[in-house]
Amino acid sequence: MNEPPIIKLENISKSFGSVSALTDISMQVKDNEVLGLIGDNGAGKSTLIKIISGVHAPNSGEILVRGKAQKKWNVNIARAHGIETVYQDRALAEQQTITRNIFMGRERGGFLGFLDIKKENEEANKLMRTIGFTSQVFAADSQVYTLSGGERQGVAIARALYFKAKMIILDEPTTALSLTESEKVFHFVRQAKDGGASVVFISHNIYHTYDISDRFVVLDRGRVLLETDKTKTTADKLVKSMQDIARSGHAA
Amino acid sequence: MSISEEAPQPVVLPSPRPVSPLTKFIRGNRRPISALVFFVVLIACFTAANPRLFTNPQIYNAVFVSLPISIILVVPLVFIVTAGEIDLSFPSVVGICAWAFAAGTRANWNPFLCVAAALLVGIISGFVNGLLITRVRLSSLVATLGMNFLLRGLIHIGNQGYGISVTQLRDTPFSNFFIGDINGFPVQMIWGTLFAAIGWLLFSRHRFGAQIAVIGDNQDSAKEMGINVERMKTMAYVYMGIAAAVAGVFSTLINSTFYPTTGDGYLLAVLAAVFVGGTPTWGGVGTVVGGVIGAFIVGFIETGIIASGLTGYYTQFFYGLIIILSLISHRFNQGRYRY
Repeated sequence: MNEPPIIKLENISKSFGSVSALTDISMQVKDNEVLGLIGDNGAGKSTLIKIISGVHAPNSGEILVRGKAQKKWNVNIARAHGIETVYQDRALAEQQTITRNIFMGRERGGFLGFLDIKKENEEANKLMRTIGFTSQVFAADSQVYTLSGGERQGVAIARALYFKAKMIILDEPTTALSLTESEKVFHFVRQAKDGGASVVFISHNIYHTYDISDRFVVLDRGRVLLETDKTKTTADKLVKSMQDIARSGHAA
Repeated sequence: MSISEEAPQPVVLPSPRPVSPLTKFIRGNRRPISALVFFVVLIACFTAANPRLFTNPQIYNAVFVSLPISIILVVPLVFIVTAGEIDLSFPSVVGICAWAFAAGTRANWNPFLCVAAALLVGIISGFVNGLLITRVRLSSLVATLGMNFLLRGLIHIGNQGYGISVTQLRDTPFSNFFIGDINGFPVQMIWGTLFAAIGWLLFSRHRFGAQIAVIGDNQDSAKEMGINVERMKTMAYVYMGIAAAVAGVFSTLINSTFYPTTGDGYLLAVLAAVFVGGTPTWGGVGTVVGGVIGAFIVGFIETGIIASGLTGYYTQFFYGLIIILSLISHRFNQGRYRY
């Protein structure tokens, strides 16, 4: 069990022109955990996940995958290491079926690239059951726009898992969702964790993040303010630390 | 086995509501079915207006002479519209491919070599369209509009207004193979249907069609999942170029002549066929079968109007009316997406 963590960041800094987005960030994601990444708007959450997923390159600092420092880092390399990012509005093609979305770009082509639609549907159905789809109207050949917001997140998570993601980054997965829909997302996240994956859960809603996460990283103005286990903190403590940040921010 | 009230009940996953295969088929094909119903109603109206003519197979065979050209052109255009793009240059590509075919024939090339020349010109034209749109990043509306003028201009410069006669091909085995007739039924209808069948397979049962649909639906998502958007779109335009070449060859064979205006008349008719057939304008979904039915609808309008006893002056008015009515019928027959 003493394997080095899936991903570890050491002293990562990133600035856009003269604006410094991240300063000296060090953090890690362990195996089979849900890491809650908390911070107010502008704290650097999205810059940080874009560095982890390979969209942005850091100005300085190191990215270690299983203890190995990465010289080159981009989206494809990150994906090859099993790191997948699910963006809320960019994830799915809504007029296509669930099956087509799951196999998007990785269609199961048989003879001359013709699709094995029956097999794709079967596998998609099985996958949806594993991830915990219980909705009665659901079938793998239903179109995605007929699903609710939470279920769509589920399809994106299922897709990542199907293609052997070891770590799934969820960017604000519950922001636009109702309470019951958010519950569905939490359920999918738990299923993903039970399946052995790690999940990075980004939200500015501390209560959402608290319930689902095993560990927390709190960002403030581009720095790691706090990295703590769930056992060592409570939601109220986290809220209080956020409020302190806000106050000190206004004072400064 | 004793029954205990405290025993935990096993969680039963409810299975999807059973849907009859027929309902499922109708739900999955509502666009082409709606187009087909519209076509049947249209023919019924024409038959009511002129029962003698519309119960005579000859009228159908007359339309079938040139209908395959529309069918061949509408199929790849469905791909392009589904990918969220448009092509307005295909009429001139038809023309320039027809020119290549006719010029080869005049030089006494083997007819199959002439077809190959037309195909090559079509592929290159499609490729240039694709490059302009995906690499130079021009809007497809403007880029293909420009290409339409540019290629037509080339045809006019090269031909100075003169056509090229290919009467030497008339009644040759080559010609009979492609545009002969079986008891009056034009053979080119079989080729058009075959072309459309392959197009349907590519659209609905092949990786190419699946990726085109995803690109038109959510391009960011397609890129995110590793689909080569530029390449797939370019391939769709090359496909259009191939179809334009085939259409150009058929048109030249049917008329025994290449006219510098070859292809011009198909722009609005084929575009209308795509949308009348049920492919929406916003991309992500489309229907090849619907597009073919759309070509039938558009193809029969003119004949029907004349046969109903109206003069040619009414044609355009009814064209417009029928196109708008058919779009309204699709509007009420679509799923709730975007409405």
